[in-house]
Amino acid sequence: MRARLTRRRALLLGSVVAVVAVIVGLLSTGLGRDPSVIASPLIGRAAPNFTLPQLTGGKLTLSKLRGQIVVINFWASWCAQCQDEQAALNQTWQKFQDSGVVVLGVDFEDTAGDARSYVNSAGVSYPVVEDAASRTALVYGLRGVPETFVVNQAGRIVDHVIGPISAGSVANQINSLLQKST
Amino acid sequence: MGQLGTYLLVLGLVLAGYGLVASAVGARTDRPALVESARRCAFGVAAVLVAANATMVVALLRNDFAVRYVAENSAIQTPVFYKALALWGADDGSLLLWNLILAGYIAAVALRFRRDRPSMFPYALSVLFTVQVFYLVLVNGPARPFGSLASPPADGRGPAPLLQNHPLMAVHPPFLYLGFIGFTVPFAFGVAALLAGDGIDQWVSIIRRWTLVVWCFLTVGLVLGALWSYSVLGWGGYWAWDPVENVALLPWLTSTAFLHSVMLQERRGMARLWNIALVIGAFALVTFGTFLTRGNVLSSVHSFTQTTVGPVYLIFLGLVLLAGFGLVAWRLPQLRTPASLDSAISREGAFVGNNVLLLAATAIILLGTTFPLVVQAVSNQQVTIGAPYFVSSVTPVFLLILLLAGTAPLLPWRATNRARALRRLRVPAGAAAVVMVATALAGVHKVATIAGFGLAALLFVTSAQEILSGLAIGRRGSRGRALRTFLRGRRRHAGLIVHMGLALLAVGVIASSSLAHATEVNLKAGQSTEFGGQLLRYQGLRTDQQPQRAVLTARVAVLSLAGRQVATLSPRMNLYPASTEPIGSPSINRGVFWDLYASVISLQNDGASATFRFYRNPGVNWLWFGGLVMALGGATAAWPARRRRSGRDQASAAERGRAPADAGAR
Repeated sequence: MRARLTRRRALLLGSVVAVVAVIVGLLSTGLGRDPSVIASPLIGRAAPNFTLPQLTGGKLTLSKLRGQIVVINFWASWCAQCQDEQAALNQTWQKFQDSGVVVLGVDFEDTAGDARSYVNSAGVSYPVVEDAASRTALVYGLRGVPETFVVNQAGRIVDHVIGPISAGSVANQINSLLQKST
Repeated sequence: MGQLGTYLLVLGLVLAGYGLVASAVGARTDRPALVESARRCAFGVAAVLVAANATMVVALLRNDFAVRYVAENSAIQTPVFYKALALWGADDGSLLLWNLILAGYIAAVALRFRRDRPSMFPYALSVLFTVQVFYLVLVNGPARPFGSLASPPADGRGPAPLLQNHPLMAVHPPFLYLGFIGFTVPFAFGVAALLAGDGIDQWVSIIRRWTLVVWCFLTVGLVLGALWSYSVLGWGGYWAWDPVENVALLPWLTSTAFLHSVMLQERRGMARLWNIALVIGAFALVTFGTFLTRGNVLSSVHSFTQTTVGPVYLIFLGLVLLAGFGLVAWRLPQLRTPASLDSAISREGAFVGNNVLLLAATAIILLGTTFPLVVQAVSNQQVTIGAPYFVSSVTPVFLLILLLAGTAPLLPWRATNRARALRRLRVPAGAAAVVMVATALAGVHKVATIAGFGLAALLFVTSAQEILSGLAIGRRGSRGRALRTFLRGRRRHAGLIVHMGLALLAVGVIASSSLAHATEVNLKAGQSTEFGGQLLRYQGLRTDQQPQRAVLTARVAVLSLAGRQVATLSPRMNLYPASTEPIGSPSINRGVFWDLYASVISLQNDGASATFRFYRNPGVNWLWFGGLVMALGGATAAWPARRRRSGRDQASAAERGRAPADAGAR
């Protein structure tokens, strides 16, 4: 490239840089958003009740947990992203189980055997129920797994997370609910 | 498996990095030995990427759920065929295939130029390796196809239901990728010519055939995509103006423009700046499409969600635009061309018109696709731009393209000889008039539809007439056989075949988009409905439990009004584990003139009654057939010519050079 940088050239190059900067700038605003996130119509409503068999035997009914904060986590043993959030769920359960908070796993489209071996290997100690016919998943309008709903002490859904949760944001949510109740 | 794959990708990156450095340094310091080592390196990169892709396929086939990608995109019960296809079922895996195809193209370039090398070859090689390094960095960091899971699950999720529903998934993505990625080669040679500062006219003749091949792949990819949509999604259509469909069409339009305007540069030394801008534009549009599809910006059937690679793509797009158009600005004085049009009504004028129209279509579609993003950026409001915008603004442009394609081959280069052109227009124009009158008499009232059929007839007859008259001239002159004459004027004849394919495709598009009927009915088992002059009777539901899914098949008998059974339709609902929504599969009774298309919308009382949507879609098969003809025409034009040695052939080649109206170009 032996050509010299004349004024005319500089001007042309400058305008190319400016146009490209505008295009890239405009497009970059689209990056921060997750297009799959839509405000859940369930927020503010009563959490639909269910009675489902527990993995460890016996049945569990959601309405019987009224008065406690319930973190309902839909998951499956085949779901890689559920592994990503497992530590956060375990941490939430350990930290809050004595403060009136229940973490409840709902196993989605899975076999009981696969689910049990996952629960054992991943150190899950909170209650887990099986949603064998996906009825509960349909009622909650599940798009996939993992999805997490936070239910307050009055039984209303206050938060809905699509994809893996972070321990920090769930803890904040729980802390603010605990503060309101005191 | 995961470890092996990871190491292979690192090795590939190292090799491609070496190729980039060696070819760039070799080009700058004029050291052929370095360039040669970079050229050989291309084969190494390709071999490593074949191994990496094979590793992933083996991991998928062996249910190696320790590899995260396998756990997320395959399951034990997935049929073997769809297990292998899962390689391109999601973002990370498809990037492996993307890298492999790019490496394949670079190896093809390295093989093609093993002996005779144009001066810009070393630069082109370094541009190619730069793109390869980018995509290899992507799979070595931001995306990790061989990433592992701490505790492998007992079974995987399985492929997305829509992707294990039809065998077309085996061919649509690879062809599309061959098309998209292929634009790297023209881009590399264009940029190389700018970098080297010479060969500003040479690069177009090097790249014309490569671009034709790429164009054929993209044509097939787009048509297969439309066919997949039509055969799988069950909404009765094949093109929804979905952003991801649009961004696939954009480089096709731009490269079609290039394939026409390249003749201006080859024959008349015109349009240098224009051609290089088109090639850079086509590659930039592919990169833009990749960003939009994989950068997690859009929500669409095609978009690969949950990836963090958006910013990386955006930086790459910025670099492509900056480097490409910055170099154009830098070399502007050399890109100016002295020649101007002798007459607007000439072959040159028609090519300019063709480019204006194709670029207008590109601009309209690009505007409609990006407008929602711009509005969101500026005012944080959500807007959607749907089919009506695209249909109403693009239809006139496409009709004008048909008109131009139907008349341009009759126009001579340079001079205007209107009398001759008008004489050759008589038969095609007569055919168009007959078709338009017939269409109107058949009860069609939409002007655009009538005009569209007329223009398609004009285009088809013009193209056929020009091929036949070319063959007749050949026979008189050389007493050769038709095939030989055809091959001698191959570029022009092949181009005319592409135009005939376009006419057939246009008939399919116009008929299916303006003359289709649809109805939605609820039928009890044994009940019939009349639709499109036939009786459709719901005969009941059958349930099959397959290993990976449950299939509910509704049987619908198609009867003539007299009660004679003519066909059976069996639209299905498929229930997959790991998916709460049933996935419908339409059933299509395909015909030459129209298709009967049935979808199950819902089932009641275990199939005692069912809601169906029935469509009567005219002309759809003409669309597929037309697309096939276009691709075959393109392939005929791209097929390597035999080196001519005999004296007679040389003489006839010289003769063709003197007869500008008939020879050479389409």
